[in-house]
This record gives sequence, C-alpha cells and structure tokens, in this order.
Amino acid sequence: MLDTFIDITLLAFLTITAIAIIKVRDLFVVIMLFSIFSLHSAGLFVVMDAADVAFTEAAVGAGISTVLMLATLALTKDHDEKRPAHKARLPLLVVLITGAALVYGTYDIPSFGDPDAPAQAHVKPYYIEQSMRETGVPNTVTAVLASYRGYDTLGEVTVIFTAGIGVMLLIGGRLTRKRDKEDDR
Amino acid sequence: MIFTVATFAILVTISLGLARALMGPTVYDRILAVNMVGTKTVLLIAVFAVLSGRTNMIDIALTYALINLVGVVAVLKFVEQGNFYTDGEDD
Repeated sequence: MLDTFIDITLLAFLTITAIAIIKVRDLFVVIMLFSIFSLHSAGLFVVMDAADVAFTEAAVGAGISTVLMLATLALTKDHDEKRPAHKARLPLLVVLITGAALVYGTYDIPSFGDPDAPAQAHVKPYYIEQSMRETGVPNTVTAVLASYRGYDTLGEVTVIFTAGIGVMLLIGGRLTRKRDKEDDR
Repeated sequence: MIFTVATFAILVTISLGLARALMGPTVYDRILAVNMVGTKTVLLIAVFAVLSGRTNMIDIALTYALINLVGVVAVLKFVEQGNFYTDGEDD
C-alpha cells in the first residue's frame, strides 16, 4: 500500500520535472532539474528493491552526468538554449505513435514478479538456490552482476576507461595549454 | 506508524523542494533545492528501508549522501569560477 503511494508520488514528481526540463530555456536550470530527475528515479528503483540500479542511477545520473554536463556548459559560450523556429508537430506525432506501440507491447509481457514468467523459469531457480553458497552475496541481482557477470563488467569498465583517456587527450590537452598562456601573462 | 508519517512528511518536503527548484529565481535557490531533494531522497530510502525490513538499503542511503555532497560541491565550484580547472585561489 505504502509502496504504491510512494511510487505514484515519485512518478508524479518525475512527470512535473520532465515537463519543466522541456519548458525551461536556461541550460544551468535544466542541468539542475536533470539531477533532481535522477534522484527521483533512484528513489523509485529503491522502492522496487533494485539496489544496484538505484545505486548506479545516483552515482552516474545525479553525480557524474551533472558534473559532465556542467563541464560542457563551462566550455560553451551561450548559456541559453535558442527557442526553435518551427513547431515540432511531426516529431511529436512520431513519438506519440512509438509510445503508444510500446505501451501496447507491455500488455503481452508478464506482470511484475509473475512466477510463471519465462525469465523466472530457466536459470533463476539455480541462482536463487546456489548464488549464496557460490558467491556469498546476499542479494541475487548483485551476485549475478558482480560475480557471475564479472568478466562482462570488467570489459565494460575497460571500454569506459579507454573512452575517458580518449576524451582527456582530446579536451584536456587544450585546457592545459590555455592555462599555461594565462600563467605567462 | 511513525515511519509511515515520516514517509508522508518527506514526500511533502520533496514536493516543496521541487517547487523551489522550478520557481528559482536565483541560481542559489535552485542549488539549495537540488541539495534538499537529494537529502530527502537519502531520508526516504532510510525510512523505507526500516519500514520494509530491508536494512541493507541503509548503506545505499549513506552513499547517496556522499554523492550528493560531491555533486553540490562541483556545482558550486562551477558557479563560482565558471570552469573546473582553476583552483580558485589565484584571483
């Protein structure tokens, strides 16, 4: 009961924040609202008992991406988004149709926590029975993400690390030179 | 009972913080509003963890508090200096 109430309230906050993000033209305010959006979704994930997803959402969504977007804003001159000249009727139509198709698609997927769903039938009993003994992690999702899928996570981290080095070489070098010039004055 | 009341109170506080973030008018109003929404999310997770008996969630609430602090410090550094690469000591 309380779960449902928190869900509905947080989803309402999410909707309000999303509409405000579309309406507001000051990019700094948009970044602040993005941060609030991430915090609301992280709260929702916690209510759904998805601890890892909530954790990632808070660290990446509210933490890192806010800083990254602010850093981008610092490199640009114009802090106000230009008002678009044309009305976005066709994109709105496409989005509405796609959204309706996706909602229609959700009627065929099993309901939340359905024990007869295909995803629960094949490997899940093995994880529920064996993951505690094999990995010693109490949360099954964490056991799958951090232990059974450990190599996959390692690969992802390597990719992100490489991308980070690339970005630092491209952008960081320019900033250092600018700083040297400022020191010379 | 008291935790249910606390949950309602936290949700009301989040809505107030959201309203301040939407209305502004100054940059600092919005930063404070974001910080408050973050803090209330930490509280909401902690209260919800106790309510539902999943007390391992409290660790997540603690980490949220840390991330929230780092985020607000980064935002304030940006507002104060306009970039992230000067240390702010030399002007």
